[in-house]
Amino acid sequence: MKKEFLMGSETIVKGAIAAGAQMMTGYPITPTTEIMEHWAEEAAKNPALKFLQTEDEMSAGFAMIGAILAGVKAFTASAGPGNVLMQDAFSMAENMRLPTVAFIGQRGGPSTGTVIYSQQELNLTCFGGNGEGLRIVYSTAGGQELYDYAIKAFNTAWKYRFPTFVLTDGYQNKTQSSVEIYQPQEKQVEIVSPTPYLLNPQKQEGTFTHIRNTYNLEQELADVLIDYKKHFTEITPEILEFEDYHTLDAEIVIFAHGIVAAAAKLAVDSLRNEGKKVGLFRPITLNPFPKESAINAVTNKKGILITESSLGQFERMVKSNIYPANTPIFTLKKPAVGIMPEEIIEKINQIFSEKGNNA
Amino acid sequence: MPETALPKSWNKESKPHKFCPGCGQALALKILGQAIDELDIQKKMIYATDIGCSLLSWSMFNVDTIQTHHGRTLPLSVGFKKAKPEAIVVSFTGDGGGYAIGAQHLLNTAMRNDPITVILINNANYAMTGGQLAPTTLLNQKTTTAPKGRELAQGKPFKGPEMLAQITSEDAHIARGISTNYQQLLEMYKKAISNQIEGRGFSFVEVIAMCPVNWHTDAQQSLDFAEIEMAKIYPIGELKCPQK
Repeated sequence: MKKEFLMGSETIVKGAIAAGAQMMTGYPITPTTEIMEHWAEEAAKNPALKFLQTEDEMSAGFAMIGAILAGVKAFTASAGPGNVLMQDAFSMAENMRLPTVAFIGQRGGPSTGTVIYSQQELNLTCFGGNGEGLRIVYSTAGGQELYDYAIKAFNTAWKYRFPTFVLTDGYQNKTQSSVEIYQPQEKQVEIVSPTPYLLNPQKQEGTFTHIRNTYNLEQELADVLIDYKKHFTEITPEILEFEDYHTLDAEIVIFAHGIVAAAAKLAVDSLRNEGKKVGLFRPITLNPFPKESAINAVTNKKGILITESSLGQFERMVKSNIYPANTPIFTLKKPAVGIMPEEIIEKINQIFSEKGNNA
Repeated sequence: MPETALPKSWNKESKPHKFCPGCGQALALKILGQAIDELDIQKKMIYATDIGCSLLSWSMFNVDTIQTHHGRTLPLSVGFKKAKPEAIVVSFTGDGGGYAIGAQHLLNTAMRNDPITVILINNANYAMTGGQLAPTTLLNQKTTTAPKGRELAQGKPFKGPEMLAQITSEDAHIARGISTNYQQLLEMYKKAISNQIEGRGFSFVEVIAMCPVNWHTDAQQSLDFAEIEMAKIYPIGELKCPQK
């Protein structure tokens, strides 16, 4: 076990390698370009690691799928408009139950927007494409988590065969922090091995595999999707993750995810020092969402504060999951702008003094 | 082999095939089956196919097969080949998949000399969706989206192999065949796939194919349009052949 002072993007690459990633495909886009650059450096040193800089994000997505079909742990990273283009490939991965792994560095949108930060790719990452959102999305809060969840994302993807995402942002990717670098086995984490979908040497002699995403009949597709959804629901309890920080005795519970949750945690500490009973509920898996735990966390509370760097993507997710809880909801929403602990403290104080506006 | 027999690599369970009567694509795929048989690569290759009429071939062969999204067959194939270089990768696409929606992939794959084999069907229209204007539609040829016939303002008929010959390295194999010339197309396929097997790099065969349903032509008119009208604009032959 050793500690290293690393930029977030480098941490992600080290985590991917620890998880057994063998290949990366990608197209440069801020704020995930450095993930590609660090991988390219590693691949230049180690012939077992492959790298493909493609002509665009569609190509990056589909080349990743091609590598996965060959039985290689491949991944990609993208952001904003690149994430939009990659939905084509992620939809196919969803249809074919392919274990894609993608690191999404959220940037300000819509369109080209700004290049560093937002929480506006929640909808797109969790539910993008012309499908049912059968995807697993981890929302990290920077530093050590980038290493831990990079490892976890590959294992989750290959174990359950649903497209898996680590939702970050430019603040996380570009911030340097102290990270504990370990081998998964040191923490009793078993790495899931990849198996090829095509040209699998284990398959029965004389048989051939035909994989398609096209169906002749509506009912044929419906049956497949109902089966997928059933499996997704069955595995959900194994996947769900959240952080519950002092919600038990809290009068007001903050809902935040990603880096905003890190700010909210500082706000909770500060408010608690003043004797104010505030807690934080932070879903780490946005999809699937820790619904039951969220409902428990808000029952019989004075209020909920939902805060996010978006105009309500997370709010909609929280509300739909805690319904029919009737706890009053307050919001602090700043599209594409970071949220400081002080702003959260101020908002909470307003709510306590009953000046806060309901959402 | 008599030309009426089915290739050994064809999947008998998916026959009769799903293409329209008189379709040139089915012929092109029969000849591909013959090439697979003669090169004895059935168990060492993957077949990747696009959207459009090409998707109808997803169960055509007793070969490991992946059917992808429109225009994305090439990047998927390139990713597979990168991950498993010993596999032989054959990508099948239409003129929409290769020259329109996936044109950037064809261009960059060719430019990088990626070691895959691409077979592209040129039937001068978008057939699966009912006969719309394609990059390969001839001037004055009527389609549902060019009811008066293609005008110059809609662009000149797109010459894929000629463009690829310009941008590829000397190691690339580039040819244009026609589905009605069995022996010639068979040789083109074999040379193209051998180019990949022998490690030279990218290979590409465009195949002119009849589309009687969307051309609204009878048997003789279909042959005439493909072999005379189209071949006039799209000359048949090898544009680049690094094999000795």
